[in-house]
Amino acid sequence: MKMLSKRNGYFLVAILATGFFYFNGSDVTTSVYATGTVFALPLALAAMVGIMCERTGIVNIGIEGTMLLSAFVAFFVSSLTQNIIIGLIAAIFTGSMMGLILAVMAVSWRMDQIIAGTIINILATGLTSFLYVQGRTIPGVFQSFEIPILSKIPFFGPVLFIHGALTFAGIIIILALYVAIYHTTWGLRSRAVGEHPSSADTAGVSVVRLRYINVTIAGAIGALAGAYLSLELVGSFERGFTAGKGFTALALMIFGRWNPLGALAAAMFFGLAQAYANQLMIDQIVNIPSQFTAALPYIMTIVVLTISAGKVRPPAAEGQPYEKGQA
Amino acid sequence: MSALLEVTGVTKRYPGVVANDNVSLTVNAGEVVALLGENGAGKSTLLKAVFGLIKPDSGEIKIGGTPIVFGDTAGVISRGVGMVHQHFQLVPVMTVAENIILGDEPKRGIFINKKAAHDEILALSKRYGLEVDPEAVIEDLPVGMQQRVEILKALRKDVKLLILDEPTAVLTPQEIDELLSVIRKLADSGVGIVLITHKLHEVMAVADRVVVLRGGKLVGATSPKETDEAGLAQMMVGRSVVLQVNRTEAKRGAVVLEVKGLQVRDDRKILSVKGVDLSLHKGEILGVAGVEGNGQREFVEAICGMRHREAGEVLINGVATKDMHPHAVHEAGISHIPEDREKHGLVSNYSIADNLVLNQFDQTPFAKGWVRNLAEVAKNAISTVEKFDIRTPSAFNSASSLSGGNKQKVVVARELSEELPVLVAAQPTRGVDVGSIEFIHNQLISARDRGAAVLLVSAELDEILSLSDRIAVMSDGKIVAIVESKDADRNYIGRLMAGLKE
Repeated sequence: MKMLSKRNGYFLVAILATGFFYFNGSDVTTSVYATGTVFALPLALAAMVGIMCERTGIVNIGIEGTMLLSAFVAFFVSSLTQNIIIGLIAAIFTGSMMGLILAVMAVSWRMDQIIAGTIINILATGLTSFLYVQGRTIPGVFQSFEIPILSKIPFFGPVLFIHGALTFAGIIIILALYVAIYHTTWGLRSRAVGEHPSSADTAGVSVVRLRYINVTIAGAIGALAGAYLSLELVGSFERGFTAGKGFTALALMIFGRWNPLGALAAAMFFGLAQAYANQLMIDQIVNIPSQFTAALPYIMTIVVLTISAGKVRPPAAEGQPYEKGQA
Repeated sequence: MSALLEVTGVTKRYPGVVANDNVSLTVNAGEVVALLGENGAGKSTLLKAVFGLIKPDSGEIKIGGTPIVFGDTAGVISRGVGMVHQHFQLVPVMTVAENIILGDEPKRGIFINKKAAHDEILALSKRYGLEVDPEAVIEDLPVGMQQRVEILKALRKDVKLLILDEPTAVLTPQEIDELLSVIRKLADSGVGIVLITHKLHEVMAVADRVVVLRGGKLVGATSPKETDEAGLAQMMVGRSVVLQVNRTEAKRGAVVLEVKGLQVRDDRKILSVKGVDLSLHKGEILGVAGVEGNGQREFVEAICGMRHREAGEVLINGVATKDMHPHAVHEAGISHIPEDREKHGLVSNYSIADNLVLNQFDQTPFAKGWVRNLAEVAKNAISTVEKFDIRTPSAFNSASSLSGGNKQKVVVARELSEELPVLVAAQPTRGVDVGSIEFIHNQLISARDRGAAVLLVSAELDEILSLSDRIAVMSDGKIVAIVESKDADRNYIGRLMAGLKE
């Protein structure tokens, strides 16, 4: 009850602030929120990867690597085939494979999951650096389009309903994941596996199978987040392209209490902060060095983690390999 | 008609042990078969194999005449087998309803039909007379209620065969009686039941047949009609067991431990120890009797420095001990056999040898300055394993590899090794077989005889009656009476425990 009112308090402040800004300059506010959404989406999607894995008890710190390699594959396959759809498909395949590799290491080999995730990250950094060639281009990016009618709603229209295909796909995935975790058989079983795997096992739910499925699908979602960066938001690829977004996502996941909507709200907060900072610079209201705005997400990650650390309760079986019959 | 369950020649080996050696077992519809054996005799292993949780190395298991696929839990469940596990298989953060439907959820499209689940559980609980609140969260429920959820979970799919692995270990006497009558009713309605328990009077009360395992082998079968508790104990242990403790008169000395006006809050911040005064003398065993959940746990934890004392103090030889400081309390002279051996008694991943010196690892002879003396640790481990009859292939295996009773022996051995002036023993024989109970009881008596002051807290009234020199009855966070054990009357104490006046 106390938590709920606190959460409502946050929302109230957010709504009041938005209303105030909107009243003072509707165009600027709308554009800041639209930009914020664009910044927030890859973070939110990456947080979904973490949620899907950790809800079944697998710690995935390889999100960064998954995004990086997928973004690379998306860009280069698009460039080679001159078709961004094929690039996207290749990226999703890559991400799934990386999820599968993590599952093999963490579930079947019962490896330490931090080490398994680190392997994924090193693999991705190494491969992308090695295979990277300068000067390639892709035939275009996923262009923004308007959803009819909905995009005409003041404020919400431009913020939520004028985007590229991958953004829409991402928003749908986040909402679907929320519903799935709390209202479907799959979600109930996943949560049980992440909290108390032997309970699931004794109820006839295969812990190993579910962990494999979830970690692999999570890899595909991570690929979408990576492909979004190279095929929709930026349209290029460089070394270290993902810039720690996969790690920030883990902080958002924790801040959002392993709840997809919570993580989405946290990501929006991040995205908006960045968008505001950019706007302030553009307007020359304040003269902050650009290095500072670039550092903002990392500073906020530290602050957020410090605030939320110790107050949240992760899935109880997180990080623990499961051996059947140990009940 | 073929038997409900036929186990033929099942063998399961673990590194260093044969947990089941060519075991065969038959259970027919409508009968209660008690499976007896010491800790580590292989009872749980056998039933886990039946339930598809582990894969035996050889042998055959048939349910209703058709063999099962080893390791296929879902398949076994679908053939009408339910199991209540020794350790609760419940997800603590989920609701009763979610736990019960897990694995076979009522659906509407791709969604869980929460309404249907709720109704189904209400109907189920009504049918078996086991009342539960479907929307309660498991971790908020007392253990007796959690056990009820476990049983409902097992009963949900019209079970034909119900396996109960030590279902009464954590229940109060009333809850046990209820459970036994449920078991009887189920058997009468045609369900076959396999029951593992260490409590021989339960076997005598409810079983139709008794099967005994020792060292992984089937060593005998009998029925309650043909034998008595002493006979059962002898079959299990392979020698005659004295169920009655031989106890000489206490030589009571000066007061060692004094508790004054102690008040303690439980995990939910509710005052659960409401002002307790108690003096414990040198050379006596003071038993604290009471139905579980009347503040005993918090009382013990506060004395041992593991829980904040809201008010009052704990003195040893007249000196106040530090609050919330287990190490200081231990230094002051209290040994503690904790109620939860898994959580507070052992470091599961450490070896048995290391666990045996947890309280003295930094003292001579187990350490010289900063350096541990591993040779002494090993020597101590080997002699203790021998002396306490801890069943393990090696003293250097991890503590987690031990069965429950042997884990308890490790804790008891360690806490008694120091010979401190005060020993606090909380539920020292919970989930322990009769042979080990006898042994632990004798250890407590000999600790008393060497002059220790022993505070024994137990939910087993029989244990309190047979060991204690004085008995304190705890009810609703208060000591309601202290009686000399020679004046103790079972019924009188039982009434006090239940909170009735005189």
